[in-house]
Amino acid sequence: MVTLALRELCGVRSGDKGDISDLSLFADDDAAYEVIRAEVTAERVAAHFGDLVAGTVTRYEVPNVWALKFVLTDALGGGGPRSLRADNLGKTLGGALLRLEIEVPASIAAASVRNGRRAPLDRSG
Amino acid sequence: MTVRVGGGQGFYGDGHLPLRALLADGVDYLVCEALAELTLAILQKDRQRDETLGYTRDLPLYVAAALDDLLDGRTKLITNAGGINPIGAGRAVVAALRSHGVTGLKVATIVGDDIRPRSGELGLDGEILFANAYLGARPVVDALEAGAHIVIGGRIADASLFLAPLIHEFAWATDDWDLLARGVAGGHLLECSGQVSGGNYSGDWWVDPSPDLVGFPIGEFEADGTFVVTKAEGTGGRVTFDTVREQLLYEVHDPSAYLNPDVTVDLASARLDDLGQDRVRVSGVCGAPAPATYKGLVCRPAGWSAELKATYGWPDAEAKARAAVRYLRGRAEAIGMNVNEWCEEYFGVNAFGGPTVPPSPGGWEPPEVTARLAWRCDSPEEAGRLGREAGLLGLSGPPMIAGTGRSRDGKPTQLLALESLAVPRELVDSQVRVEVTEV
Repeated sequence: MVTLALRELCGVRSGDKGDISDLSLFADDDAAYEVIRAEVTAERVAAHFGDLVAGTVTRYEVPNVWALKFVLTDALGGGGPRSLRADNLGKTLGGALLRLEIEVPASIAAASVRNGRRAPLDRSG
Repeated sequence: MTVRVGGGQGFYGDGHLPLRALLADGVDYLVCEALAELTLAILQKDRQRDETLGYTRDLPLYVAAALDDLLDGRTKLITNAGGINPIGAGRAVVAALRSHGVTGLKVATIVGDDIRPRSGELGLDGEILFANAYLGARPVVDALEAGAHIVIGGRIADASLFLAPLIHEFAWATDDWDLLARGVAGGHLLECSGQVSGGNYSGDWWVDPSPDLVGFPIGEFEADGTFVVTKAEGTGGRVTFDTVREQLLYEVHDPSAYLNPDVTVDLASARLDDLGQDRVRVSGVCGAPAPATYKGLVCRPAGWSAELKATYGWPDAEAKARAAVRYLRGRAEAIGMNVNEWCEEYFGVNAFGGPTVPPSPGGWEPPEVTARLAWRCDSPEEAGRLGREAGLLGLSGPPMIAGTGRSRDGKPTQLLALESLAVPRELVDSQVRVEVTEV
């Protein structure tokens, strides 16, 4: 087993409705899906976000697209037009979820196309 | 028969450039989805300033972009750009058409989503800025059956805008839940324009990163509800299994019970087949009866906010930024300012992600840190007081302040609270009307 941030294994998309943050986490095959299903529980996600999320975390399993859905209540400082936060829609919260570290079999970590992949950085202006 | 439906807009402020390629590729219906929750709040501020406003003001630009195709019968335009004033939007479009010298087009306006006049019956008290119910596809279908070339509604559910032409073309029964669910799943995938075809993609987004080239999506629907998501030929972006599934689950909460006014959709039953060449087939979606009530959205005033930003350079940038914020909060207390809520953020440290951000490796300091302090008060006057106290930071605060910007930091803006509620269907259905104007 190796310790791996979800960034190396999963895609993510963040959405919002009112004061709810709605995060989807995507694995790339059955094996990786089973790993995140076992590891990324609602309790762990709630602990990971700490006081950034004042309400509850509910998880839904979506095996047809190898995804987990997390619905976070009281998560956006009151919701888009009410929140004082710079990220009032929580668009960056998906990235924050990808920081969560989980235990992954070495073979699955090695097989992930996302593992170690980084956007090329062009500073030439 | 295949019906091609294009997603021409994903929010108020979306780009117009991709419309050209979408229309050149040919779509039977161009659907422009203009409303997010936040948009309604923006439109409310517009309407407070001018009662004739309250719709998305770039609507005439969309009509102009599609005008040739509308006139030669190649496409029809369906939109919820009417916002909280569909009648005003309809008038603006008719005026725009007349100014182009257009004749022979029918413009349908749908009203009835406004439930603010029914506040008493709904048990809503306090000051309400707007209250709307999310309408389903029915009035849009009625408008199409009345021969409308342009259909303008207000708070019609995003995906229902796309379902309506499918009901109209395929004569789907309004209780054939599987068919309706497929139409809504398709609409849901198309309603956010470029977000299904490469935009906001969390994978290797850098492979094709030019927003101006991303092709807006097209759904090719069959009578059995199976459809292919694709995009106009020659455009950038991409439509793949990965981009489509990211959008499939976007903002749906429970994926097995995605609620829409026309049907409850089981998105977990969808089968996605990546056919290659920017084509993904979606099949097998199942539906269940529509929710017993409509979803409503109520907007109330929620105070006034203002903010200040100050950026500090290395060394000790974070310590300086925090000291500046302590000074500002101390000044607020000293002048007796009545603040209901504070929000402190430190860009370069953990403004995004808060407690999920791990501590810096030993000894490492960020090269710069921007402090952002926002606050909420009961009135704009109160919220505006602290801005006048910030000047001391310039010469009398921690060293190396920069980057406060040229914007007028500290100018208050109104906060709005949104709340959703269940609305009885009869109350809404009895007030929905479709009005058709021929120019």
